[in-house]
Amino acid sequence: MRKITYKEALREALREEMQRDPTVFLLGEDIGKHWGGAFKVTEGLAEEFGDERVRDTPISESAIIGTAVGAAITGMHPVAEIMFGDLTALAMDQIANQAAKIRYMFGGQAKCPLVIRTPFGAGVNIASHHSQSLEAWFMHVPGLHVAVPSTPYDAKGLLKTAIRGNNPVFFCEHKLLYPVEGDVPEEEYSIPFGVADIKKEGADVTIVATLYMVHKALNAAKQLEKEGVDAEVVDPRTLTPLDKEAIVRSVKKTGRLVIVSEDCKTAGVSAEIAAVVAEEAIDYLDAPIKRVAEPDTPIPFSPPLEQYVIPDEKAIIKAVKKVV
Amino acid sequence: MEKQLTLNLTKDKLVKMYRQMVEIRLFEEKVFDLYAQNLVPGTIHLYLGEEAVAVGICTTLNKDDYITSTHRGHGHCIAKGAELKRIMAEILGKKTGYCKGKGGSMHIADFKIGMLGATAVVGAGLPIAVGAGLSAKFKKANQVVACFFGEGASNQGTFHESINLAATWRLPVIFVCENNLYAMGTRQSRVMAIENIADRAVAYGIPGIVVDGNDVLAVYETTQKAVERARKGEGPTLIECKTYRHKGHSRVDPAKYRPKEEVEEWLAKDPIKHFKQKLLQTNTLTESEIQQIEKEVSTEIEEVVKFAKESPYPAPEEALEDVYA
Repeated sequence: MRKITYKEALREALREEMQRDPTVFLLGEDIGKHWGGAFKVTEGLAEEFGDERVRDTPISESAIIGTAVGAAITGMHPVAEIMFGDLTALAMDQIANQAAKIRYMFGGQAKCPLVIRTPFGAGVNIASHHSQSLEAWFMHVPGLHVAVPSTPYDAKGLLKTAIRGNNPVFFCEHKLLYPVEGDVPEEEYSIPFGVADIKKEGADVTIVATLYMVHKALNAAKQLEKEGVDAEVVDPRTLTPLDKEAIVRSVKKTGRLVIVSEDCKTAGVSAEIAAVVAEEAIDYLDAPIKRVAEPDTPIPFSPPLEQYVIPDEKAIIKAVKKVV
Repeated sequence: MEKQLTLNLTKDKLVKMYRQMVEIRLFEEKVFDLYAQNLVPGTIHLYLGEEAVAVGICTTLNKDDYITSTHRGHGHCIAKGAELKRIMAEILGKKTGYCKGKGGSMHIADFKIGMLGATAVVGAGLPIAVGAGLSAKFKKANQVVACFFGEGASNQGTFHESINLAATWRLPVIFVCENNLYAMGTRQSRVMAIENIADRAVAYGIPGIVVDGNDVLAVYETTQKAVERARKGEGPTLIECKTYRHKGHSRVDPAKYRPKEEVEEWLAKDPIKHFKQKLLQTNTLTESEIQQIEKEVSTEIEEVVKFAKESPYPAPEEALEDVYA
């Protein structure tokens, strides 16, 4: 099958959806002709679709999301880019109070089909304001969907579903994933929300991981295999809706659970998944649930400091060995 | 005919404007009464005293034009043409309300008439109005958006971000600042070194106009020019309507922070009294015609209250519906 990068897969989804539907448009800082997006996801799209549909905005995160909300509730399908995930804090009212609540508090009158794309993740030495993983913030807001694609295939398929849907979608990307290559078919496809993907089957332990951590979990699983441990790697692909069934099914099979997430541990993605399993499958567990997550600190700058806080293969292997 | 020319509006339109102002007045007085009877859950922010703004602005709009509103939004809804019954039912938390009881007084919307909803986060409606304006531009539908907000909201970052963006993209948005002098209990002079919010328009390269917000015809005329400009693709306008709320900020507020003389001065400038005098002076309406309108509205409001009171509450489990489309 054809191999393309995560970044190219995202761009393809945007291009195809813009070709399909004239109400789809993009807005964000430096996404247009002169830059193509800080991570070049939108490169070439302004040339193809024009400045009107690929709109460079001022540095006004609140207005970017608010404008997208206003356009979405009046019949457009905006895809907003926030340059770095940390900067969503600047637009939090528009995301959490407006986009997410507008349908509910108006009694179902409105649809808010809006996609907010943003990169999370540490590992490129850009310190505390450009590196955090904040997926859990958005899982805590009813009304939002939260997508967390880990491969080019998932990125394209999930972004298409996000754009075609009728709800606000918080679409998490990861900086280190942009250059990662993977199989993406030429033909049309999309991936439904709420359907996890078993990235590797196994019998001894379930590892649930998201975004870049899926790749680290797969590396860890390879090493564990050499030591006779057969790990299953489950990628939820969307956190809201969360495919609880797939996670519980895997845990029932393996009896052991390790959750790997790049956000900080307290009240994080791993906490929610652990709670789901504790509520729904505790009798099937043969060992305590282990969580591999970032410690509760901001992301530091200096490479040895930063590497220290990011979960790695060693930490995953260590956690697995504690439960098998 | 001469009188109509003086006011530059047909008699039908003037009657409709007067009637709407009276509707807002009697509706809000009734909400206040119902609140006192413990029939209104939560809180209320009444539009009493500001009727000329909503009516003056909305009279310039077409049905498919948009408005965004605030926590003090009942008047905006009525002026845009929403059904009084369904507004009142929503205020009482009933299933027949516009939002099926999920929104209440601070979150009324009627998307069918372009009323894109009231947000209770101060300043949050501005970027949403910009988005609706962008939508109109994309669709080339010749629609405009009127965005209501208070002078308090003009200190939010969204005010700056939104007007800058609308000005840069020349979007058809009328930014309507309802300056009632107080943000809750904080007088404007305590938090701003300027007198006119409209002066801020200079910073965005758009017209900023101050208008007597208690004079419905002045509001109408000013807005009409702004709407015309917006429809021609010439971009947004900031209109500051100087007005005053007759009651406190919300239901619990006796507004003791306002000097008695100030309140009296503004009560004397009551927008409805002012408009009524004008209609009589120009012989547009007779005293008995005016009384007839007031009587009709009064009867209408009684029916509205009856409908709202008799409507059922939503089933509790409906709380789980409408989270996602």
